[in-house]
Order: sequence, then structure tokens, then C-alpha cells
Amino acid sequence: MSISVIVKIVVTVLILGGTALSILSAFGMLRLPDVYTRTHAATKSTTLGVLCTLLGTFLYFWQTQDIVSIRLLLGIVFVFLTAPVAGHLICRAAYRSGVELAQESTEDELKKVLDKREKREN
Amino acid sequence: MFERILLIALFFLTVSILVGLYRVIKGPSLPDRVVALDTIGINIIAGVAIFSILLNTHAFFDIILLIGILSFIGTISFSKFIERGYIIEYKRDC
Repeated sequence: MSISVIVKIVVTVLILGGTALSILSAFGMLRLPDVYTRTHAATKSTTLGVLCTLLGTFLYFWQTQDIVSIRLLLGIVFVFLTAPVAGHLICRAAYRSGVELAQESTEDELKKVLDKREKREN
Repeated sequence: MFERILLIALFFLTVSILVGLYRVIKGPSLPDRVVALDTIGINIIAGVAIFSILLNTHAFFDIILLIGILSFIGTISFSKFIERGYIIEYKRDC
């Protein structure tokens, strides 16, 4: 088994795994009942999926054409840093603007803390 | 064989973008739509990477970095607008 066949198998596994994670997060966004649970599904698994896909692309161009692309590595680092921050900020904005939790959820711990702080300031 | 597997991966990404589009159209609140648009941007990044393998060129790697930065800035400004009502605050003049 030559080296290029092994590289192609590894790249195939990485890309198919990444896109499978992406479609999994799409089904999570379709079926979950709430803004917060949907953000949970959309942020984590899509980030891991796109990281796997970009890593597969990087390996392919490194092994077949001898291109070590710094731009692709920077893209991997940037997506890995910024996608959870964006999910956190949009969740916080949803809570502050008064979007309700789902019917099935039993306890809202942040509401107690915010009420106590508001009472102390008044 | 390899190209067929890449086409299957592109099909998966297309289905995921379509589901995000459904969430953009139907989503009951505004943060739902913003999260769905962010997810669509990240899926487009993966699609550009797969297309650059298919076309066998490395000219599109700038586009990956660019779409990542633009999607992040858009989501940040939208969440700030939803939370406070303005994006760039006034400077106090004293």
C-alpha cells in the first residue's frame, strides 16, 4: 500500500466525519425545542465538523502538492476561537431580551440571581 | 472513487445548509435566525475547502479566512443590537 493511498484514506475519513457531524448538528437545529438547546447543537458540533474538514484539506494539500498553507492553519485557529464566543454572545442576548425557555425545562437559575441583584440595587 | 466521496460530502453540507435556511425562515425569535445564519456561514467555509480539493487549486484559502472573519463580526454586531438596541455607542463629551 503506497503512501498516497493511505493519505487519501485519512483525508476521506476526516472529510466524511466532518460533514457527518455537520449534518448531525443540522438535525439538532431542526428538532430541539428551544433557542438555548438549538444554540448548543449548532455551535459545538458544527465547529468540530468544520475543523475536521479543514484539517483534511490541509493534509491533502500538504501530502500531494507540498503546500503547507499558513492561511488554512490560521482559518482553523480562527474558527476554533470565535465560534463558541459567538454562540455565547447570542445566547446571552436571547436571555437578556426575554426569550422564554422551553416548556419541558424545570429550573431557571439565572433568573433568581438576576432578581436578587436587581433587588439589592433598588 | 475519491471524487465521488467528496461529492457525497458536498451533498451532506447542502442538506445542512438547507436545514439552516428553514430555521432562518421559520424560527420563532430573532436569535434563532442569527444562530442559523452563523451556522450557514461555517458550513460554507467547509464547502469552500471541499471545492478547493475538487478543483485541485490553492487559490481559495483566502476566502476561508475571509468568510470566517465576516461571519464572526456579523454575529457579534447582531447580538449587540439585540441586547442593547445600538451597535456603536456614543462617546460622552466632557
